[in-house]
Amino acid sequence: MATRRGTLRQTWTALRALLLLTAVTGLVFPLVITLIGQVALPAQSNGSLVSSGGKVVGSALIGQSFTDKKGNPLPEWFQSRPSAAGNGYDSSASSGSNLGPNNPDLVKAIQARQATIEKSDGVTASQIPADAVTASGSGLDPHISPAYALEQVSRVASARGLSKSSVTTLVESFIQGRDLGYLGEPTVNVLRLNIALAKLTS
Amino acid sequence: MADYSVALEWGLFAAQLGTVALVLILVHRPLGDYMARVYTGTKDLTVERGAYKLMGVNPKSEQSWPQYFRSVLAFSVLGVLLVYLLQRIQEILPYSLKLPATSEPLAFNTAISFVTNTNWQSYSPDTTLGYTVQMVGLAVQNFASAAVGIAIAVALIRGFSARKSGLIGNFWVDLTRGTVRLLLPASLVIAVVLIAGGIIQNFNGFQTIHTIAGGTQSLPGGPVASQEAIKMLGTNGGGFFNANSAHPFENPTGWTNLVEILLMLVIPFSLPRTFGRMVGDTRQGTAIVGTMALLFVVSAVSMTAFELAAGGKATQLAGAAMEGKETRFGIAASALYGTSSTITSTGAVDSMHDSFTPLGGGMALINMMLGEVAPGGVGAGMYGILVLAIIAVFLAGLMVGRTPEYLGKKLGAREIKLASLYILTTPTLVLLGTALSFAIPGVKEDVATTSIYNPGLHGFSEVLYAFTSAANNNGSAFAGLTANTPWMNSALGVTMMLGRFVPILFVLALAGSLATQDHVPVTAGTLPTRRPQFVGLLIGTVIIVGALTYFPVLALGPLAEGLK
Repeated sequence: MATRRGTLRQTWTALRALLLLTAVTGLVFPLVITLIGQVALPAQSNGSLVSSGGKVVGSALIGQSFTDKKGNPLPEWFQSRPSAAGNGYDSSASSGSNLGPNNPDLVKAIQARQATIEKSDGVTASQIPADAVTASGSGLDPHISPAYALEQVSRVASARGLSKSSVTTLVESFIQGRDLGYLGEPTVNVLRLNIALAKLTS
Repeated sequence: MADYSVALEWGLFAAQLGTVALVLILVHRPLGDYMARVYTGTKDLTVERGAYKLMGVNPKSEQSWPQYFRSVLAFSVLGVLLVYLLQRIQEILPYSLKLPATSEPLAFNTAISFVTNTNWQSYSPDTTLGYTVQMVGLAVQNFASAAVGIAIAVALIRGFSARKSGLIGNFWVDLTRGTVRLLLPASLVIAVVLIAGGIIQNFNGFQTIHTIAGGTQSLPGGPVASQEAIKMLGTNGGGFFNANSAHPFENPTGWTNLVEILLMLVIPFSLPRTFGRMVGDTRQGTAIVGTMALLFVVSAVSMTAFELAAGGKATQLAGAAMEGKETRFGIAASALYGTSSTITSTGAVDSMHDSFTPLGGGMALINMMLGEVAPGGVGAGMYGILVLAIIAVFLAGLMVGRTPEYLGKKLGAREIKLASLYILTTPTLVLLGTALSFAIPGVKEDVATTSIYNPGLHGFSEVLYAFTSAANNNGSAFAGLTANTPWMNSALGVTMMLGRFVPILFVLALAGSLATQDHVPVTAGTLPTRRPQFVGLLIGTVIIVGALTYFPVLALGPLAEGLK
């Protein structure tokens, strides 16, 4: 009997502890953080949105497709990496491909991507960087490597009737180094680059 | 090929590992000392006294181990029920993003997953859970399960320091102090830092935007930063989004990646100092932390080496192991993150482990199979390595034919039995769960056709990884696996539950048993446990126990694929 009463008391204590913890860490804590974020760091808290011509056109942190309605790459835009999020850069369905390193489907996909780029950009497979033919972990990678951006310069320049040197200069100005010089890898933000590219053309 | 210089990547890896080491060396002493004061101090803060009143707890009364265990169990069972309930009534909760209730097996699996500090996710959060369930259900358990883990470790340490009392502290006090004095204030600061890095914190829901190429995109919102802070600090690892910390809204840049790595490691690497303080000999803690650090460095270097070697046909074709990795992190930072996540009990990912090279992904498995003790999850790593230290002392005692003793306590038949049962529990769950998945008629076909995603040996590894992750309360996955099936949800749910509470039962019983003993004096025959010799012995024990258990099953999966 004593044990049963003890168990009951423990359960009653546990319930009160759980509800208290829920109120503090599940409600007060996130709401306080939201308040601080919205007041002190509103741009970041709301998704680092990027505007062009007075309209929000995306987030600096979330990658986009630059393709036609059928999903074919538009040659006049710098292309993002392949994406496994939904039908590509679906930001409501983040995902990697999860294809294994020996999966024949991944081998075929990489071959197909290399063939597409060889054709559109006039390069050979060995000149195509790895990030151009692989899907990112999130499927929403906002970046490409500087190497992949520079590899796309001639295609973009000729599609837009711009000089290669002006597009190269533009790309170089958008190369972001590693944080503190050694954290992560150098990147080019595709959306920001494309917005600047559109301005350069108009 | 040309875009990744292997020498440069090693340089970057060394610099990042060096930064992590430097920060931990600077922080682990003050933080460890602080935690020792938190869990041994006699004074209560005003808010804590208020909390004890609301809970109906007398903070001065200590518990025997069965009482302590019953408290842990009562608290955790109610936690499971609450998280289950919240998911099942999701459609009537505010900020649910119009999402329906989750299915019964999924709600069961997810509730257990978050209460056990596993954070395995059979679902894709983006399209399954609204803000209320994530905040009020899951994030609360991120705090609770972390506080429970540390409490168990502290209770075991009290077993060593107690003299003939049989008492190991009060669970409600440990839970309250861990939350009020450690996890909550730290998370507050961390969340704001993470927002500064670009992690979102809002209640905006999905926002439709029109892109410059003429398409549309649906940008997600959510209270992410508040959840991310405790997700990492409490070695929980459950992502707000499906892509976890590969998602730019969870991990936007190179420096947030490093911060997240540090958050996973900081409490587990500081607890040995707390241990040293509480047993009155900080050099005992130094030996433990040295063991953890050596294993960690070897593991991180190995995974990085395998990833840079670009094993696998597809990897070779692409030129580098970038499938499943983000441009902003690259290979070195992803390998360091992957190591930190699987060698603690976090299970967060900044890159997809299913797409790692065969041996790189194999390292993630090995990290978990070694019992997550280098440094392991918050609290769980500490009690895990102390159990292995007991085994190591016992083995050494066998060699010289003496009754072993550790920290002034005799390790008799009861203690060794409990320690042995502890180290047998997890491997049993891993191997049994994996074997049953391929043995039960009906289940076998379901696993092969629905759950497994990648063909061949890699598909086997996906199932092995799932049960290894669940039994060790890690939560990472070879995520191609479809785990939202009745078998996987149930089997993994049971595995997580047993993988958490059965070891806790043995640890608390061990703590109680040690606490009833008096201290025995150190003699010339006592094995010194604070010298490099003991570090070597302990590392040997960790590796022998892990390798003997898992070598055959590793040979069927990642080793076979990697050496083919």
